[in-house]
Amino acid sequence: MSELHGKPGQGIGARVPRKEDARHLHGRGNFVSDLIFPGQREVVFLRSPIAHGILRGITKPAGFESVVYARADIAGIRNIEAPSTLPTYKLSTQPPLAQGKVRFVGEPVAMVVAKTRAEAEDIAEQIQLDIEELPALVDAHRARLDTDVRVHNEWSDNLFLTLDFDNNFEAESKKATIVVTREINLARQAMVPMEGRAIVAHWDDRAGQLIVYTSTQAPHVIRVGLAQFLGIDEGMIRVISPDVGGGFGLKCVLWPEELCVAWLALTQKKPFRYIEDRREHLTAGANCRQHHYTVTAYADQRGRLLALDAQITIDGGAYSNWPFTIGLEPGQATGNLPGPYEFKGYRCKTYCVATNKPGFLPYRGVARTGVCFAMELIMDAIARAVDRDPYEVRYENLIPPQLMPYNNVSRKHYDSGDYPRALAMVREKLDYDGWLARKAQGEPDGRLIGIGFASYCEQSAHGTSVFASWGLPLIPGYDQATVRTTPDGGLEIRVGVHSHGQGMETTLAQVAHEVVGVPIERIRVVHGDTGITPFSTGTYASRSIVMAGGAVGRACQTLLPRYIHIGAHLLKCKPDDARFEKSEVVGPNGRVSLKEIATAWFLRPERLPVDVDRDGLEATVGYKPTVDTGAFTYASHGAVIAVDPEVGGIEILDYVIVEDCGTMVNPMVVEGQTLGGVAQGIGTAMFEESPYDANGQPLASTFMDYTMPGATEIPAIRIYHTESPSPYTLFGIKGMGEGGAIAPPAVIFNGVNDALKDLGVEVNETPLTPKKLLEAIERARQAHPQRKVA
Amino acid sequence: MKSAKFDYTRPHDVRAAIHALADALGEAKFLAGGQSLGPMLNLRLTRPKLLVDVSRIEALRSIDVVNGSIRIGAAVTHAEIEDAGASLARNAMLPAVAREIAYRTIRNRGTIGGSLAHADPAADWPLALAALDAVIIVNGPAGQRSIPSARFMLAAFTTQLADDEMIEAIIVPELSPSARWGTYKFCKRTGEFPDAAAMAVFDPARRIARVYVGALSGAPVPLDALARGIAQQGAVALTATAVDRAIAMAVPELDAVGRKMHAATTMRAVQQALAS
Ligand SMILES: Cc1cc2nc3c(=O)[nH]c(=O)nc-3n(C[C@H](O)[C@H](O)[C@H](O)COP(=O)(O)OP(=O)(O)OC[C@H]3O[C@@H](n4cnc5c(N)ncnc54)[C@H](O)[C@@H]3O)c2cc1C
Repeated sequence: MSELHGKPGQGIGARVPRKEDARHLHGRGNFVSDLIFPGQREVVFLRSPIAHGILRGITKPAGFESVVYARADIAGIRNIEAPSTLPTYKLSTQPPLAQGKVRFVGEPVAMVVAKTRAEAEDIAEQIQLDIEELPALVDAHRARLDTDVRVHNEWSDNLFLTLDFDNNFEAESKKATIVVTREINLARQAMVPMEGRAIVAHWDDRAGQLIVYTSTQAPHVIRVGLAQFLGIDEGMIRVISPDVGGGFGLKCVLWPEELCVAWLALTQKKPFRYIEDRREHLTAGANCRQHHYTVTAYADQRGRLLALDAQITIDGGAYSNWPFTIGLEPGQATGNLPGPYEFKGYRCKTYCVATNKPGFLPYRGVARTGVCFAMELIMDAIARAVDRDPYEVRYENLIPPQLMPYNNVSRKHYDSGDYPRALAMVREKLDYDGWLARKAQGEPDGRLIGIGFASYCEQSAHGTSVFASWGLPLIPGYDQATVRTTPDGGLEIRVGVHSHGQGMETTLAQVAHEVVGVPIERIRVVHGDTGITPFSTGTYASRSIVMAGGAVGRACQTLLPRYIHIGAHLLKCKPDDARFEKSEVVGPNGRVSLKEIATAWFLRPERLPVDVDRDGLEATVGYKPTVDTGAFTYASHGAVIAVDPEVGGIEILDYVIVEDCGTMVNPMVVEGQTLGGVAQGIGTAMFEESPYDANGQPLASTFMDYTMPGATEIPAIRIYHTESPSPYTLFGIKGMGEGGAIAPPAVIFNGVNDALKDLGVEVNETPLTPKKLLEAIERARQAHPQRKVA
Repeated sequence: MKSAKFDYTRPHDVRAAIHALADALGEAKFLAGGQSLGPMLNLRLTRPKLLVDVSRIEALRSIDVVNGSIRIGAAVTHAEIEDAGASLARNAMLPAVAREIAYRTIRNRGTIGGSLAHADPAADWPLALAALDAVIIVNGPAGQRSIPSARFMLAAFTTQLADDEMIEAIIVPELSPSARWGTYKFCKRTGEFPDAAAMAVFDPARRIARVYVGALSGAPVPLDALARGIAQQGAVALTATAVDRAIAMAVPELDAVGRKMHAATTMRAVQQALAS
């Protein structure tokens, strides 16, 4: 990595290795599938083979009636409904097992229980489904206009939601001399975490509780959901999320499968488990990224953006998820499209359309990968229209630092940062001028070189007011952390967020170390268990290091005066004369360790002062930033792309990132998060796609057809940092978990379009497969026969 | 997905394997590396009652050089061919082809016989062995016979192999010291089956000139006229127009994009051969 130094020590800013690495590198992680309970039964879901149809009947195989469940057999489970306060929002009703209708291929229709998965599948394939096929709604544009065929019969059309936004568009657009319009498309995808969804549930007689182990980002939210839709008290449920092999948004919502398996354990008081397989994931989990844009930019002669007009269509699939609702995606798309740019007129109409596909979920980057793709492609299109360098045009349009904090055209409040500087640094680190010279020379192997840039800002740790504006049924408020001093002077931190690759078992310990000074080896972070952690809405929206980190910091700060008070007593001095320094209390005539202080409180109370704080050496404290509209991380990415125009191959020759996430808690973790995100972004740009045929049949149900990027497709990415602390958060931390996945499609497409500019080729639809690239070149050849096309 | 129920047997010689298959009356399948059969079993696209594992039959496991030919047992893995550089000095194309198949974990298990029997149109061995003029030895209840590799594969996933026959070995001629060859395939991702592939072998001492295109909808297709032209005239016969025309004639069903991709691939394979 580019800058191997971090701050010395183990506190905020130190590049310490992750505590969680040892168990994962040795294969000793503990995932749901690693848990085996005596007498455990395997659950398999029979899924709809048809995209849209009337479910007339289900015939259970003879002899297996008691182990096959249809909707009527699980009457105790309520249908999943996620209400929203957004105007125009229509409520979808999702039965845990299909009832009346099937609405996408992969929708659970029946549930089978057996000793092994194979036996359960044997039974499942004998179940007969009587489904009367209806025309499938596969294309969101057509579904939007269709009122005869409807995904939800009780609706008048197929619109989940329509958002209209206008801020000064008419007046600003009139000033423009350049008008550029583009149609931009992103394919549907699956999130493809290494570990799919996984649930084991059993009944604990001693606790009188339903214990649900599930691979989730948000154990507390899943408990709320299970209680709500099973109709039981929350106290009767304990949700444990052990090691989780990737969440990415897939695992921040309640799944019908979770309800069904929990219900089995609740009603039969035995252990049951369901482990999603890859084929189920690629079909029933094809649920993200699919946006269509028609964007028109209004600019002046120099390419200065004055106004933007957009129509966004989101293919929402069949159901709105609980608790985030389908409103999150259109809300984020509409609000985030203007990105890091300064302009004054904006109009946007966003349709979120119901189709016969799995319901849309928020995937890492939520809507911003799409909006960044659209915005950055249009930036380059403006540059081409005014015949200027896309770098220059982009640079001049970025919000300058002197305007920070800045209220942008979509009424987002950007807290801090120097956006143009990040872009300028990318230019320098990439050696843009050197590449331009090489490009002008041409490559001996006939490949064409292009350079692409993209800039974005990433709203992170946005809180109550923002989620309330998206109309959610469950809105984050204060996040809490419990910090406990152990009798031997160590710390135990309990948080309600979940760490599944983010490295928070390390970074939260670093935050505590910053305040208390205990070595991080002696700070244990406990998470993922509603039984022993304080409530949190969980890990999503790049929020956890700000929210849980803030709560940990504040809880530690709360303990300091208590340590000092006891320490001063032990040192026989006044508390005012003592101070806390690196896990010791220091007085005028000596020092006493946290261990001695903790020993006094827990084991030798006769040594305590009479007026000791009775709340002791444990504190649970809530936190949210002073301004809850978000701490905005930002970055610019730049890449050099070589296009092989004869076969349609693309190679990324260099990839540079300059990112600013405020105060970094651990630069190595920041880089790891960024790298993983970029790999996913490269997947979106070049490989991943869940295509459907006209009948709504998914065409990529294995990795044979669904192409993931692998190690050889990820270039050596160079990451550089600047630090503009947020004025609103503790320590100035900003969240950054999603950012890496936002810019790559924009960067890569801009690079390819730059490479192919002389051929008159412009591509704007993910994924950029060799075939699509060659087709675009072929089309350009037919359109401009005079040009020299490969 | 889990496979439907099946039985498993691991015979120790070819004869026992053939018997085991025949005894199951069409309900059995040979299992070699399982790299193609495994997924098909799990997706329940195939449901044999019995798997006859041939992967450890000694007679199918060796590479031997005999009178100017190389005999590769059907159960030899891609990785073993990749690593057999020394014993394959007289046909260095074999390890070169093996090295480009999928990635090492697949090559550690996948076998040359399994690849030929499976007959994926984008697979490397059907193409390479056709270009190399290999002969495939098959064996069954009716006895042993040999089939020229260029005629072995009939269509996608379809070969001359009878239901009760097994592939026993592949006989590949050694190349002359003056032989030149080239292989090129274009995969959208490392380890993926290719979108386009071509291989060329020019061995003037043995009067051989072959250019084959693969990764089509069916079996690999020879470009004989182009190969002859190049053998006679050298690089001057290798023009973009000549290659494009050869592909268009040999594979008329290709669309413009497919033709372009295969033409570029063929051009690169032949260029590589001529430059070697
Ligand atoms: C991710 C991935 C990528 C791949 N990429 C490539 C690639 O780039 N190029 C390429 O060429 N291949 C590729 N393959 C296929 C791989 O090369 C397999 O080795 C090959 O398809 C089958 O060989 P196998 O030994 O695994 O056969 P198996 O899967 O065991 O069997 C395949 C079929 O052959 C039959 N069979 C096996 N042995 C015999 C025999 N001796 N006689 C008669 N019938 C037999 C079986 O009954 C079965 O029908 C890839 C596979 C995977 C999983």
